Amino acid sequence: MINKETTFLGYRRENGRVGVRNHVIILPVDDISNAASEAVANNIKGTMALPHPYGRLQFGADLELHFRTLIGTGSNPNVAAVVVIGIEPAWTKLVADGIAKTGKPVQSFSISQNGDHETIMKASKAARELVQWASEKQREVCPISELWVSTKCGESDTTSGCGANPTVGNAFDKLYGVGSTLVFGETSELTGGEHLVAERCRTPEVKEKFMELFNRYQEMINRHKTSDLSDSQPTKGNIAGGLTTIEEKALGNIQKIGKKCVVDGVLDYAETPTGPGLWFMQSSSAAAEMVTLCAAAGYVVHFFPTGQGNIVGNPIVPVIKICANPRTVRTMGEHVDVDTSGLLQREMNMDGAGDQLLECMLRTANGRLTAAEALGHREFVLTRLYESA
Amino acid sequence: MIHFVVHEDGDSVGTIVVEGVKAGQALTGWVMEQDRMIEVKTQSDIPIGHKIALQALKVGDTVMKYGVDIGKVVAPINAGEHLHVQNVKTKRW
Repeated sequence: MINKETTFLGYRRENGRVGVRNHVIILPVDDISNAASEAVANNIKGTMALPHPYGRLQFGADLELHFRTLIGTGSNPNVAAVVVIGIEPAWTKLVADGIAKTGKPVQSFSISQNGDHETIMKASKAARELVQWASEKQREVCPISELWVSTKCGESDTTSGCGANPTVGNAFDKLYGVGSTLVFGETSELTGGEHLVAERCRTPEVKEKFMELFNRYQEMINRHKTSDLSDSQPTKGNIAGGLTTIEEKALGNIQKIGKKCVVDGVLDYAETPTGPGLWFMQSSSAAAEMVTLCAAAGYVVHFFPTGQGNIVGNPIVPVIKICANPRTVRTMGEHVDVDTSGLLQREMNMDGAGDQLLECMLRTANGRLTAAEALGHREFVLTRLYESA
Repeated sequence: MIHFVVHEDGDSVGTIVVEGVKAGQALTGWVMEQDRMIEVKTQSDIPIGHKIALQALKVGDTVMKYGVDIGKVVAPINAGEHLHVQNVKTKRW
């Protein structure tokens, strides 16, 4: 299906990275700037606001992660240009300057001492110019090695581990072979299979860093837990789908990194990888949080296998759904991009399923909308590390 | 018709992959890693996605799937019975 000569049509950005979408986003720095951001997006067609509930009185590592996620989102090559709106000028400028390092056009506006009306008017004028500029960008032929692909599964059941997740694993093995940049994460959801990931690490240093982040997450869970986490991890949906323990869920989850990929490096939340290969990223296993972190790290296409039918999307990254549960394909078919339920009846093999996903990936990269995009799923969820001050 | 799949030889459980499995039904299973077929008679109605015990298990036994430990038995399980949260728990957390 793919080899080193395989290409796709992408948008090459000022910093050399390649995107598969051409969004102009209106990015609020904080919760109280959502209204102005949404007003601008409503005024100027072809732009999109990314409202979220945070950004006030955060501090320390939690504030750093907030900025890293916003800057990473604006810097993602699926984004052509950005309008940043925040209440205070200093943090607004910090986010805008961070995005501007990519070389893409960024305009920023602060509401303090201007009010919503003045801000919306100025920001709308800027957004109108940016969206008209972006609309002239053309796709160009790019090698497959420049496609950054992330994965995270959700609303998993036992069919995830024997059908949808190994399909992603097969595709990841093939993408790894052509030099793509890949990522997986979901730290708590490796519990019971962490030794298998540790064995796949490239060097003792990578293994040590992976185990350090894994143990950090376990300590957080042990500090706050009031039960064995049943109904949270695994979720009620997982249990309804037949998954019994976190260990069973983790072993299914790990199928996504295939049989040949090696874990080349480890990233903290929303960190950008420094080279090709498979990266592990510290992350929540909650769908929208994890996909948001992958987008902020610079990934442009996401593989999302599901069993019971998670319907998540992302504002800037196309999320491709893979499902092997025949009942879910029947009852929730509008959310499924790649149906691999034939695997469980031996009507298709894993190599064919992986190729089917890669074909969908190339069509998606070339511009075809995913089910989540067509249905308007734009979940943008910022990870918090602790309370605001 | 494949009624259930097993990841590999030695696993304690199979995963039901069709809807409407009823107690007493003779089921055909596919062991994926070794690519061979097995037969088991179920003792329970088992929903799609849920697991069937391939052998009798007693309290304290370890349940194996993917050739790896997925938890401990907390109530006795007969071969062919529905194996889930009512008789198996995590060893973590």
